[in-house]
Amino acid sequence: MDSKIVVETKELTKKYDGVTVVDHLNLHVREKEIFGLLGPNGAGKTTTILMLLGLTEPASGSAQIFGYNPTREPLKVKRLAGYLPENVGFYNNLTARENLMFIAELNDISRTEANRKIDELLGMVGIGEVADSAVGKFSRGMKQRLGIADVLIKNPKIAFLDEPTAGLDPEGINQIIDLIASLPKIGTTVVLSSHQLYQVQRVCNSIGILSKGKTVVEGSLDQLSRETLAGGNYRIEVETTQPSPQLIETINKVPGVNGVQSKDNMLIISADSDLRAEIAKVVVQSNVPLIQMNIQKFSLDDIYMKYFKEG
Amino acid sequence: MATIIRKELADYFTSIRIFILFLLVFLASAAGLYAAYQGIRGVEAGTTGFVFLKLFTTSGGVIPSLVTFIALFVPIIGIALGFDAINSERSGGTLSRIMSQPVYRDNVINAKFLAGIVTLSIMTLVTILIVSGYGLRMIGVPPTQEEIIRLFLYLVITIIFGAFWMGLAILFSVLFRRIATSLLSSLALWLFFGFFYVNLIVPAVAKTTEAYLLLQRFSPNTLFQEATTVLLLPQWRGAGILTAGEEVAYMLLNPLSLGQSMLIIWPQLTSLISLTIICFAVSYVLFMRQEIRAT
Repeated sequence: MDSKIVVETKELTKKYDGVTVVDHLNLHVREKEIFGLLGPNGAGKTTTILMLLGLTEPASGSAQIFGYNPTREPLKVKRLAGYLPENVGFYNNLTARENLMFIAELNDISRTEANRKIDELLGMVGIGEVADSAVGKFSRGMKQRLGIADVLIKNPKIAFLDEPTAGLDPEGINQIIDLIASLPKIGTTVVLSSHQLYQVQRVCNSIGILSKGKTVVEGSLDQLSRETLAGGNYRIEVETTQPSPQLIETINKVPGVNGVQSKDNMLIISADSDLRAEIAKVVVQSNVPLIQMNIQKFSLDDIYMKYFKEG
Repeated sequence: MATIIRKELADYFTSIRIFILFLLVFLASAAGLYAAYQGIRGVEAGTTGFVFLKLFTTSGGVIPSLVTFIALFVPIIGIALGFDAINSERSGGTLSRIMSQPVYRDNVINAKFLAGIVTLSIMTLVTILIVSGYGLRMIGVPPTQEEIIRLFLYLVITIIFGAFWMGLAILFSVLFRRIATSLLSSLALWLFFGFFYVNLIVPAVAKTTEAYLLLQRFSPNTLFQEATTVLLLPQWRGAGILTAGEEVAYMLLNPLSLGQSMLIIWPQLTSLISLTIICFAVSYVLFMRQEIRAT
């Protein structure tokens, strides 16, 4: 990729009471991509985001956001960056509009401009009809949506979303994920922290997996899935009545197949592309009854699990 | 920062809390006025002058004077304005959201303190104006120039006293994560200084008059009480070490000039101001060093 790097950390380290939470972290996020920051609970995802925003100071190492150092120039970074905290909170006695207006005023956005923007954003996140009711009555999902609107009101060049889909119903998750996916089109780079791998896989271009404050792996999703699966990007499972060694050998000879494993009556084939038609043909030609066949694209789960087994 | 102050003020003035506080203040003013109405006829006004100030200092039988009421309520108002300043933002998850906006971290705590002082000033000013207005109708004697200045100084000291308790409450709200803890610790300290320390502990511990006065003056309540007494009762010379002896009996009860009254309460005044500044400074420093975590 040739787009420029907008977030970069160099040996970023954070300690709380002597415990190293983030340990010599090196991350790179490119402009207008969606970067997934993954890792188990307590891996240091939130701390990393807080350091990138200048809300907490690193013990050592440095970070750069659009060329600014968040520790030295927090205000410049905060002007460019939007942040959705994990447990986002609003003033319950104010309405959705008033809450957003307050943030708009803090960002020196004029009232007329802010009003226009608030209507647009609340409509976009699907809570336009409750714009003027007090936030105290909002459900968790509505607050999460309001949180997204809250991040976007300042037209951020980069948005840090910490578990944006936590506590949402499946439909809400889809809507929020679609919304996040559309952000790079309006010029916003997104750093998404989550442990919901399926969602991350749907929207992210690149990921970084953290474990105990260290980067386990970092890179673009395509590249990582290729690396993880020793070549193959697809996994085809074939169930037969009796897999014979000859059959495995025949399948291995099909162009594009990278490896075959047999497990009971199942053959697990990893391949570069969707080779179901070809494999079905050879199985039938070998006179072995074919019971069923299915294909899996390699998922982030596999990548995640692989690196966690190694780590 | 103006935005945050405006929001804080709007918050204060739309909350039920402020409504209750105003109710309390009005009741106190009414009670104080009633006390003055009961007692002011018995006062020998001719001897000392300063009839208007008597409105504030006269107690009527069982009902304490307005000054006593104010000394009682101002700390409560201060605590009520500050006890959840920081930790409510923290537990509500709004602190990290504000901090990620382009504002300096100290803007948040400064704005809260200033908004609190504005609210406090409005409340004390309203009280004094109401009492002055109705009192004027009641006694028909207009305040002299000096009385107006003395009342104004009284207003300023009251605000500083309230600001001290608010600063203390804000300090606890920075220290403790739970709102109930910060409220209870502020109230406990208020109770301690207002009653136990002044009325029980010091009399039990102090052997001499000097020690008694010295220990008393560790309590901000005593400082405030001394300062206001000297201001509003011009013939009062204060319970200084110099005047604690037998020679008091030979003094003429002539009112002191404003300058001399100020000279007497100067130490009390500076102590109150410095206590307020210490409270605010400690909470400021603690807040600046605290981690902003959502949870």
